[in-house]
Amino acid sequence: MFWTGAALVVLWPLLVATEFRPWVLLETRNLDVTRRFIASFFPPAHSPEFLALVARESWRTVAIATAGMTLALVLAIPLTLASTRVLSVSALAGRMAAVPFAIRQLVRWLLVLLRSVPELVWALVFVRVVGLGPTAGVLAIALTYGGMLGKVYGEILESGEHHATVSLLRNGSSRLQAFLFGLLPQNAAELASYTVYRWECAIRSSVVLGFVGAGGLGQQLDSAMKMFNGGEVLTMLAVFVALVALADHVSAALRKALG
Amino acid sequence: MNLELQALAARHPAARAGSAAALQPLDLRVSAGEHVAVIGPSGAGKTTLLQVLACALPPASGTLRIDGQVPWRLPRRALHALRGHLVLAPQVPPLPPRQRVVTAVLAGRLPAMSLARSLRSLFYPADIPAAHEALERFDLADKLFDRVDRLSGGERQRVGLARVLLAPASLWLVDEPLSALDPTRARQAIGTLVEQAHARGATLVATLHQVETALAHFPRVLGLRDGRLAFDLPAAQVTRERLARLYAQHEHELRGELPQELPLPGEAPAQPAPAVMHCR
Repeated sequence: MFWTGAALVVLWPLLVATEFRPWVLLETRNLDVTRRFIASFFPPAHSPEFLALVARESWRTVAIATAGMTLALVLAIPLTLASTRVLSVSALAGRMAAVPFAIRQLVRWLLVLLRSVPELVWALVFVRVVGLGPTAGVLAIALTYGGMLGKVYGEILESGEHHATVSLLRNGSSRLQAFLFGLLPQNAAELASYTVYRWECAIRSSVVLGFVGAGGLGQQLDSAMKMFNGGEVLTMLAVFVALVALADHVSAALRKALG
Repeated sequence: MNLELQALAARHPAARAGSAAALQPLDLRVSAGEHVAVIGPSGAGKTTLLQVLACALPPASGTLRIDGQVPWRLPRRALHALRGHLVLAPQVPPLPPRQRVVTAVLAGRLPAMSLARSLRSLFYPADIPAAHEALERFDLADKLFDRVDRLSGGERQRVGLARVLLAPASLWLVDEPLSALDPTRARQAIGTLVEQAHARGATLVATLHQVETALAHFPRVLGLRDGRLAFDLPAAQVTRERLARLYAQHEHELRGELPQELPLPGEAPAQPAPAVMHCR
């Protein structure tokens, strides 16, 4: 009883602050609006031209995600290599030397910076810079995902077993050789599986990016919404759900194959 | 390679500040091409000694000279180049589980390979005949293309030794090479190692738990106990009394019973932490 009371006292100001009033949904006027909007969903748009457009835009969405991921990898791989502590030669003798430590720390901060700005914000920035269209989406995904991949790759590489890598370094291999022959075979499966999983996330997020004008399915969905074209909205939502489910399946299958 | 230790002491990097150093001040000379066995009970500092010799662990005090040079006074790049001329084979063979045996063995060559060549070797192994020959000496030629995690512990240890044969090194530091091998394999493995080191003129320093093997295959034997040099004698002069004194209170190790395997700090299999999988 006391705790219920206390919870209410704490929650009440929060509910007021967020203007949480679920009953407005049930007011007659609003119910009418909702009913009309949902009624306009039917029948879903299915003219051949529109379906062709949706197919083209879905493909563009996948392309944005894939191109963005590729650029993100180009960004993430060198940054990961530069920031991984396991690959430090000076740390072999105990403590890492000052300059390598500073470089690794700087690269880490850069990764945090890239990753902490959401791709939506990057997309808004790039829409201003390069104009409406898929380029903004690709660049936004590349930057945010580059940061995420770099950070998580680093965590994967440093969380595993280092014996093989350190032993190669101790016997005089270069850092990249130790990475290729020690660290990479040790962690390849986990790295690949995380990359595929991120690609799936990128497909989802590239739809959202469309809403700010970064091309693809999202942009069409946005304009259909603004035109109150319910039939088109429903078709595109269905395609979106199917696309995410498909990416989910492909990614699960790939990850299983990589074991 | 000539090795020279002057009043050299070392402590494990993870050791507590107040604890006794793993290696008490120690003088030692090993000339090029010599074969030396290091024996002593567990915790005597054998592995620490090897790590110091391999320039893997900086001495806490005293100096180490390799061919007259003090490695820790060299610039970092030169020190790393020097590391390429010696090979330290740890007791637990450092093999990534998914690697193929041929790649793991050829990884011994890396210090002598350019980056482009090693990259190519990742897809098409650079010198399969050499790997085959090295493995054949340890009776493992049929495992050439197997995955490392399909091998038994003893086979893995011999793969680790085959890698030593491929290293472009003139100083071989081998830590407990026989700990996972049965007596027959152990005799064959140590025989191969000694014979190959001799053929290449390499200096060989091996720590061993098998006292009989050490006395039979090595002309010079060092006894270490509690980080101190108990004796440094030709094998023929190592008497039963000396051995009994060296292994006092550790007699089960002298009798050849396997010591309890304690995971070494820093080499203990770390529990891989699951990576975060977050997606908004």
